Amino acid sequence: MNPFNQINQTGQARLIKPYGDRTGDGQVQTSFTLPMPASEEARVAAQMVAERMGLQNVSVNHMEAIDPNFTFFVVYGSVSFEINISEIVVPKLDYPLYDFDQINNLLQKTVGRKIVVIGACIGSDAHTVGIDAIFNMKGYLGDYGLEAYSAFQAMNLRAQVDTKDLAKKVAELKANVVLVSRVVTQRDEHITELKKFLVDLSQTEGVPSNLIKICGGPRINHTIASEIGYDAGFGPGTKPGQVASYIADVVLKQSSASGSNT
Amino acid sequence: MSKLNLDRDTIDTCRELAENIVRPIQRYIDMHSTISIERATLRLLGFYGAWEEEGGMPYPVANIIIDNVDRRRLSGGIAPLLASAKKRNGRLNQEKMAEKIIRGEIDLNAVDDLSFDQVVDTLQPWIQEAANTVDRNKRKREEMRQRMRTASRPFKYVIVATGNIHEDIKQAQSAARQGADVIAVIRSTAQSLLDYVPHGATTEGYGGTFATQENFRLMRAGLDDVSKELHRYIRLCNYSSGLCMPEIAVMGAFEGLDYLLNDAMYGILFRDINMKRTLVDQNFSRAIIARAGITIHTGEDNYLTTADAYQNHHQVLGSQFLNEQLAKNAGLRDEQIGLGHAFEMDPSIEDSILYEISMAQLVREIFPRCPVKYMPPTRHMTGDIFFGQALDTIFNLVGALTDQSLQLLGMPTEASHNPHMQDRFWSLKNANYIFNAANSLSDEIQFNSNGKIMRRARSVLDTTQKYLSKIREVGLFDSIEQGLFANMPRAKDGGKGYDGVFEKSRRYYNPFSDKGKDR
Repeated sequence: MNPFNQINQTGQARLIKPYGDRTGDGQVQTSFTLPMPASEEARVAAQMVAERMGLQNVSVNHMEAIDPNFTFFVVYGSVSFEINISEIVVPKLDYPLYDFDQINNLLQKTVGRKIVVIGACIGSDAHTVGIDAIFNMKGYLGDYGLEAYSAFQAMNLRAQVDTKDLAKKVAELKANVVLVSRVVTQRDEHITELKKFLVDLSQTEGVPSNLIKICGGPRINHTIASEIGYDAGFGPGTKPGQVASYIADVVLKQSSASGSNT
Repeated sequence: MSKLNLDRDTIDTCRELAENIVRPIQRYIDMHSTISIERATLRLLGFYGAWEEEGGMPYPVANIIIDNVDRRRLSGGIAPLLASAKKRNGRLNQEKMAEKIIRGEIDLNAVDDLSFDQVVDTLQPWIQEAANTVDRNKRKREEMRQRMRTASRPFKYVIVATGNIHEDIKQAQSAARQGADVIAVIRSTAQSLLDYVPHGATTEGYGGTFATQENFRLMRAGLDDVSKELHRYIRLCNYSSGLCMPEIAVMGAFEGLDYLLNDAMYGILFRDINMKRTLVDQNFSRAIIARAGITIHTGEDNYLTTADAYQNHHQVLGSQFLNEQLAKNAGLRDEQIGLGHAFEMDPSIEDSILYEISMAQLVREIFPRCPVKYMPPTRHMTGDIFFGQALDTIFNLVGALTDQSLQLLGMPTEASHNPHMQDRFWSLKNANYIFNAANSLSDEIQFNSNGKIMRRARSVLDTTQKYLSKIREVGLFDSIEQGLFANMPRAKDGGKGYDGVFEKSRRYYNPFSDKGKDR
C-alpha cells in the first residue's frame, strides 16, 4: 500500500501530494523573474528562492536573460508535506439540476407568473462576456441563456451599470433575482464593488426583502460570495442552466414557505 | 497579391454604402461642436496647464475656462472669445491670460464680438505656434523612422500597464530590447469616462497608467533612448478615445506619438458614451491626428469580445468600411488608418484556424494600404497559460501567413492579470521565433479556389454588403440604437457626455478644423 495516498484505519484522513511522474513524488514546477543579470549567481539566487518557498531537491532547469537587468527561470522541486483532503470543507450551493423544460413547467405551475431577473456588469467594468453568457438567448456551451426561459422575465443591463442605479432598477421592477458580474479584479476592485452594491440595495427603498442576490465572475466562487453577503456565487465555466436551476430551487422554496399565507 | 479572388464589385458597393451611411452623419458632425473640442482648441492655442483644485488634484485650465463660458457664447467657438480677450490684453502670454480668466479678471462671457478677420489676425501667432509644434514633431518622427533600422513586419506590439509611468518605462525598454517594435501604454481603467485629462507624471493607476501629457513626454523620451541604443525606432501608442478624444489627440501631436487608438464607435458601444458626442469628437481628433502624421488604430476587434466571431464577422467588416469612410472625411490617408481585426474565434470549432486565416486575409485584401492592427485571442483565454501560449502561437503563425503589418502580441496570462515581465518575454520569444521561421510563408501560400477559406471570405463579404444595406436603410444612429453593432444597443440621446454637445452658431470659428480654414 502506498504511504502517500492512503486512507487510514478509521477511513478519515486522505493525505496527498502533487503528482509528477509517480504517486507521492510531490513534484511541482514554477517560473519567475529575478531583477538581476543572468549569471551563476543568479542561478543560485533562483535556487534560494525555490528553497525558501519550501521546495526540496530544487533544480533550476532553465535560466535565460530577459534583458541585461532581468532573468527568467523555470524551476522544479518537490514538496515534503501532505494535504489531508478529507478535512477540506467548502461551502457549496446545494440545489437540484433541472433541465430547461422542467424549470419552465415547475415555475409556471408553482408561481404562475414570470420571475423577474435583472443582470448587470457593475462599476466601471465593461466586460460583459460572463453576464452575456448567462443571459443571452443563445446561451453558452450549448445551454440556453435566461432570456430563453418562458419562466423568466430576464433583463440584462450589460456593462458599466452604476451600483446605485442597479439598486433603483431592482426596486422599480420588484425584481425577484439580481445577478451582478465583475470581471476586472484589479486591486480587489471586484470585491469592493460587489459589497458596495449590497450597501446600495440596503439603502434603496422598495427592494423586495426576499430578493435573491447572485454574483459571478472569473475570480468569484460561492465561498467568496457567501462571505460578502450574497446568496450565491458562480465562477468561470458556469452554464446558464445551473443558474436557472438554482433560481428555480430558491423560488420554489420561497413560495412553499409563504404558500400558506398567500 | 489577391489570394481570395474577391468580387471587386461587391467591395465597391460596400464602400459606396459606407459613404452613403456616413453622409448624413458627417452633416451632423459639421454642424456641431463639443466641450472637448473647445478644450482641445485651447490646448492647441497654448492653454495646457493645470490648477490645483480644492482636493489637491490638478484640474486642466482648459476645463476651468470652458466650464465657465456660457453655452450660448460657446456656440460661436472658444477661439473668437479668446481672440477678443487677447486683443484687449495684448501683451499677456497664455499662462497669464489663463490666470486672469480663472480669477475672473477677464470675463469671456462679456468680451466684444470681433470680425472674422480680426479673430484670425489676433490669434495668428498662437495658431502658428501650434502648427509649428505639430509639424516639427511630425518631421522629427518621420526623420527618425527613416534614419533608424526599420523592423521587419509584422511589427511586434506589446502593452505596459503598471500604473506607474516610471515602471512602465523600465518595462517598455526591456520589451524593446527583446524585440518589441511598438509600446502601448494602457490607460487606467475608465479614464475614458473622465471629462478632463489628468495632469503631470503619475505613479498610481488602476489596470493601467493615466494618459497625461507629461507621461507621454516621459515615455517618448524613454523610448527615444532605447531606440538610439538599438538603432531601431520604437513606436509609441496611446488612446485617443473616451470623453477626451480631441484633447488626447492634441497631446499625442505635441509629444510625438506614432499611434493613437481612435475608433468612431468604440466609446459608444463599449463605454456607453453618447453616440453624437463620440462621432463629433472623433472627427476633430482625427483631423489633428491627420496633420500630425500619427496613425490611428480602430477598435473593431472589440466587437468580437461581445459578439461571436464566427457568427458576426460581417459586423467587423461593416464597421471597418464605416471607420475608413469617417477617417477619410477627417483627412486621414490610407496609410494612417490602422483598422482593427482580431483572432477571437472559438478554438473548439472545427477548422477554426482556416476561418481565422480567411478573415485575416480578407481584411488585408479589402484594405491593402491600411496598416491593419491584428489583435490576439482574449475571449477564449482561460487562465490556462499553457494552452494560451498554444493559441498565441497559432495567432502569430496566421499573422505571418497573412502578411499583417502590426501584430498585438497575445499574453498567455491574458484574462488573469496585467502582463508580468516574464509574460512579455514568453510572448516576444514566441513571436520572434514564428516571424523569423515563417518569414516567407505568405509568398508561398495559395488557397484552394473552392476551399473553405475562400468560400468563407466570399460569404462574409456578401453578408457585409447586406448588413451595410440594412444600416443604410435604418440610418447609423438608429442602427446603433437597435444593437446592430457588437450586439450592444445604445440610445441616441443616452450615454455619457451628451450635454457636452452643442450646435455651432453661424459665426462659429475654429482655427484647427478644415471648415474654419475655408472661410
